[in-house]
Amino acid sequence: MAHETPVVTKFLRERPDDSWQFETARAFNAAYTRIEKAFSMGAEAIVEEVQKSGLRGKGGAGFGTGQKWSFLPKGVFPRYLCVNGDEGEPATFKDHMLVERDPHQLVEGVIITAYAIQANHAFIYLRGEFGLGTERLQQAIDDAYTHGFLGKNIGGSGFDLELVLHRGAGCYIAGDETGLLSSLEGERAMPRIKPPFPAAQGLYAAPTVVNNVETISTIPHIIAHGGDWYAGMGVNRSTGTRIFSVSGHVQRPGNYEIELGMTFRDLIEGLAGGMRDDRRMKFFIPGGASAPWLLPEHLDSPLDMDYAGAELRTMLGSGAITVFDETVDPLLVSWRLAKFYAHESCGKCTPCREGSSWIEKVLYRMVNGRGRPEDLDLLLSFGNNIVPGLNAPFAQTTICALGPSTMSHVVSLDRWFREEIIERLERDTARRRSLEIVSVSAGAGS
Amino acid sequence: MSFSATERRRAEHITAQYPQSRSATLPLLHMVQDRDGWVSPQGIEDVAEFLGLTPAIVLGTCSFYTMFKTAPVGRLVVSVCTNIACLVNGGPDLFEHLRREYAHSDDVYVEEVECLAACDLAPVLQVNYEFHGPLTGETAVALIERYRAGELKARTISGTRQGSDH
Repeated sequence: MAHETPVVTKFLRERPDDSWQFETARAFNAAYTRIEKAFSMGAEAIVEEVQKSGLRGKGGAGFGTGQKWSFLPKGVFPRYLCVNGDEGEPATFKDHMLVERDPHQLVEGVIITAYAIQANHAFIYLRGEFGLGTERLQQAIDDAYTHGFLGKNIGGSGFDLELVLHRGAGCYIAGDETGLLSSLEGERAMPRIKPPFPAAQGLYAAPTVVNNVETISTIPHIIAHGGDWYAGMGVNRSTGTRIFSVSGHVQRPGNYEIELGMTFRDLIEGLAGGMRDDRRMKFFIPGGASAPWLLPEHLDSPLDMDYAGAELRTMLGSGAITVFDETVDPLLVSWRLAKFYAHESCGKCTPCREGSSWIEKVLYRMVNGRGRPEDLDLLLSFGNNIVPGLNAPFAQTTICALGPSTMSHVVSLDRWFREEIIERLERDTARRRSLEIVSVSAGAGS
Repeated sequence: MSFSATERRRAEHITAQYPQSRSATLPLLHMVQDRDGWVSPQGIEDVAEFLGLTPAIVLGTCSFYTMFKTAPVGRLVVSVCTNIACLVNGGPDLFEHLRREYAHSDDVYVEEVECLAACDLAPVLQVNYEFHGPLTGETAVALIERYRAGELKARTISGTRQGSDH
């Protein structure tokens, strides 16, 4: 039977009315008590423990967190920790909840992580639109300073940490690791060519770790219970739990924290209550807008990051699942996503800048009855310039993953709905031609 | 005109948090937007002067971000999401309804935005970066009118709490 396994969402569910307050978090969630244990373990042991846990980044790419930390070049200082709270991947709303409702868990995770990677300056880049989130997180940071958990010589350990809340200003690409760094440096949030990777040259060209809000919020729990405890949950190389944001045509949209390995069906039909209004599902997006789509026939697949990539040719990405019922026009969803990527493309790489807007234009005519039978292949030919080969795992001609993401939905149209779409485009074209003939003959007769 | 003494202190406090002062560009743009109700050419010049940058560099950064309004927008920014979860839950109709309702309003600015990360509330909108949802055209107008009448206290145009230091 489908059930949740709350770890990072446990406390905010237990205390829905005051979980974000310092006193409550201290009294009922042992907030900031894991710091002492972390300090006594020492930096290297923390990194090892996190590697042992198998924790992987929860922002989208799923890279090993401990491994990422271990890439920092030895003996190079200063180092920086940047927490990615820009959450802009369409249909993802987990970090929004964590920041608003358990900011102390995040701040504690930042302190432990900064200690582990020996950074004395950390930044939380928070999406600008999170008005309440900004307020509560800033309050949490202020409280942590007041009680000596931030600032100089934390808990008598000799470790200093300054933590700055940096508000974004409305921009999807600031959620890309290097886009975030550009933005934090006061520039347009344009991603940078890698290498050098941020671990070698990140913020201000210094060694930098960038981790997602949910990833960092997990750290205090790994310190409290150990890497083995975390690795004991989940499936294969997808250890532990993840928050899935379920939205669209389900009975109970919301965030569900589950052990990885559960099936899509248990999550969508069990926890989220299944389809609304007794309708049938047409398709769903399994990992945020950038993930290729899946069909009802895939519902019994496990929520396993590697299985999703290797067997389903998609990804669990940011953990956002959007469900669409049989009344939804896949072309409409595709066009809306194309519009999103065309708007959010930063303009740095030509294939993405040009490609994203042409994809939007062609999809617009397709969705509005002015498409041509060859339009789907036309889209794929644009796409081939952005994602050579058009097959997952995506190759790319762009610096960041926004380029390939512009094609995920188009590839999905081709993969699952090709016949249906071509038939529709042929019908639309025939109807337009018949109108042309009518108007020509009407013109001739007058 | 440049920063007042109070603004300068606030700007110095913000800038001191960063190893390099240019990082304060976004926070300072939020600050001048709160002061003027939009990011005016004067606001750009003030930030540039304070940070020792050219106005062109500051404007170049500013114009990349949707929250910075480079023309006056009135008192209330209503941001309506029409991305995928809202798309199939009435977001586009909600946006059209509000756009028509406030087409000639001086103090309510209705804009279509990308996913606001609150899809469990679809269709969702923000009034000065406060979340509300799910809404219909009618309930949304009633809500906005409560803000207009002062029954609901709005955040500033940049989404900070009135009188708050952040």
